[in-house]
Amino acid sequence: MKEKKMIRSGYGEALVELGERNADVVVLDADLSHATMTAQFAQKFPERFFNVGIAEANMVNISAGMSTMGYIPFCSTFALFGAGRAYEQIRNSVAYPKFNVKICCTHSGVTVGEDGGSHQAVEDIALMRVVPDMTVVVPCDANEAKNAVMAISEYDGPVYLRLARSPSAVFPQQMPFTLGKANVMKDGTDMVIFACGIMVETALECAEKLEREKGLSIAVINVHTIKPIDARCVLSYACRCTRVVTLEEHSVIGGLGDAIADVLIGNGDFSFKKIGINDMFGQSGTPDELLAEYGLDAASVEQEIVRMF
Amino acid sequence: MSSLIQKCADIRIEVLTMLNQSKSGHSGGSLSAVELIAGAYYDALNIRPENWKDPDRDRFVLSKGHAAPVLYSILADLGFFQKAELSTLRKLHSRLQGHPDSKKLPGIEAATGSLGQGCSIAVGMAMAAKAQHRPVKVFTLLGDGEIQEGVVWEACMAASAYRLDNFTLIVDVNGLQLDGPCEQILPMGDLQKKFEAFGFTVITVEDGNNIDQVLEAYSQPAVKDTPRCILAHTVKGKGVSFIEHQVGWHGRVPDDQELAAAVRELQEKRI
Repeated sequence: MKEKKMIRSGYGEALVELGERNADVVVLDADLSHATMTAQFAQKFPERFFNVGIAEANMVNISAGMSTMGYIPFCSTFALFGAGRAYEQIRNSVAYPKFNVKICCTHSGVTVGEDGGSHQAVEDIALMRVVPDMTVVVPCDANEAKNAVMAISEYDGPVYLRLARSPSAVFPQQMPFTLGKANVMKDGTDMVIFACGIMVETALECAEKLEREKGLSIAVINVHTIKPIDARCVLSYACRCTRVVTLEEHSVIGGLGDAIADVLIGNGDFSFKKIGINDMFGQSGTPDELLAEYGLDAASVEQEIVRMF
Repeated sequence: MSSLIQKCADIRIEVLTMLNQSKSGHSGGSLSAVELIAGAYYDALNIRPENWKDPDRDRFVLSKGHAAPVLYSILADLGFFQKAELSTLRKLHSRLQGHPDSKKLPGIEAATGSLGQGCSIAVGMAMAAKAQHRPVKVFTLLGDGEIQEGVVWEACMAASAYRLDNFTLIVDVNGLQLDGPCEQILPMGDLQKKFEAFGFTVITVEDGNNIDQVLEAYSQPAVKDTPRCILAHTVKGKGVSFIEHQVGWHGRVPDDQELAAAVRELQEKRI
């Protein structure tokens, strides 16, 4: 059994580290600091932590205002209340003037679990990806979340950071993290799986199993930056493997799958399959039950992959 | 203050000329706000091209961004950009967007005009100024229709909770919104009591188109730990008889004939 850790924990730890390094970093939260894990920052740097109450739209605007004063605001809430509820504030107050605000949202996807469909953002990548000048980052584990926080703090501009709630596998080796550059997790020639977030682990598990059992050579690419996408890496692996699968804990509409398709359309002949949530809302259940329900557990993903051969 | 009275008449003429050239825009809400914006830039606040990069400069956020022509006229007058550029308002590739865009035009602090947002952006500036111990005053101007947006009241709660005595929220109470009188569309009740209940010190300006009264309100000393709200009663379309009090002139601009008549009227008043 591999080590498991919540990706949002990596976020909370990273903020504390970043707060020590950079006095311009401020953190905002809307009464969810114990869930988004910003509470650790709040304890350590109370003068740079702002809990604005249950008012996400206001929080995003306040972050925009603070960024004009030289601060680097990390604006934290759940994915649905950030990308969803405060969409217009993110679009008009942050991205349109290209302000240096980091929208960092935990509780993305169906692995939010028992809270149910009203709290499971399955469309947040799509919402953020269509906003001009927005950078969209989805870390695959707690360590990568840490590296992503450091990297986006050094980038001057709006960023959406998507973080998962439930414990997920931590990769033994820390990969280098460069904004906009995908990480090759496993090489291969028969198929390439482009994955993001917690689905990177599932992609690897399937690829390794199918290699062992069926001798298939499947590459796995961790596309942690969905926008701007690493088009060079995507195109080169797609051309080499020709069988292309995308895998994400997000709607098949507008997310990673569409970002990959945008790169590939008109650039060659590929068999292409998007695996994600098929245009539906989530519901209550345990994270594992929900992944299985929506076809995102390893067994279901493996089945889909095998059909491509 | 006679020079400022003249200046306000000049701004009105310039604004109507710009709107005539752009063939679209907001006449009524621009004209009502002239003294409120002019009073901030020419008297109450320290914002000049020379200190534009100084983090300690004051901040003005035009939350009712549709009054942008007034702001542009004043910024050009202060030297943020050439007056010749005013005629490009709302035209393709212009830095003078229909609503203020900070990434295009110097002198603009944020992207505003989507109603309600500028107010809470300004609260963010005031919160940051406090945390950084900067002597910055932050003013934001809202319309009385605009305060129907919920985010305004979220912003007010934060302004009060964070004891923003460096924050001034001005409401241009002209009584009309796009679809009709505010009282008919969505009555907001007793604004003074509302803002007081949200923790503000409220100053009422009986005639917000009287520059002396506006400056008098702006010069009131801050009350420690308390944000302030200035309720300025104005006339929508102020200064031009056929635009004043007319709901239809919210999103209308003068044609050549109307412009000539308006300029005549404003010039007469100026003398």
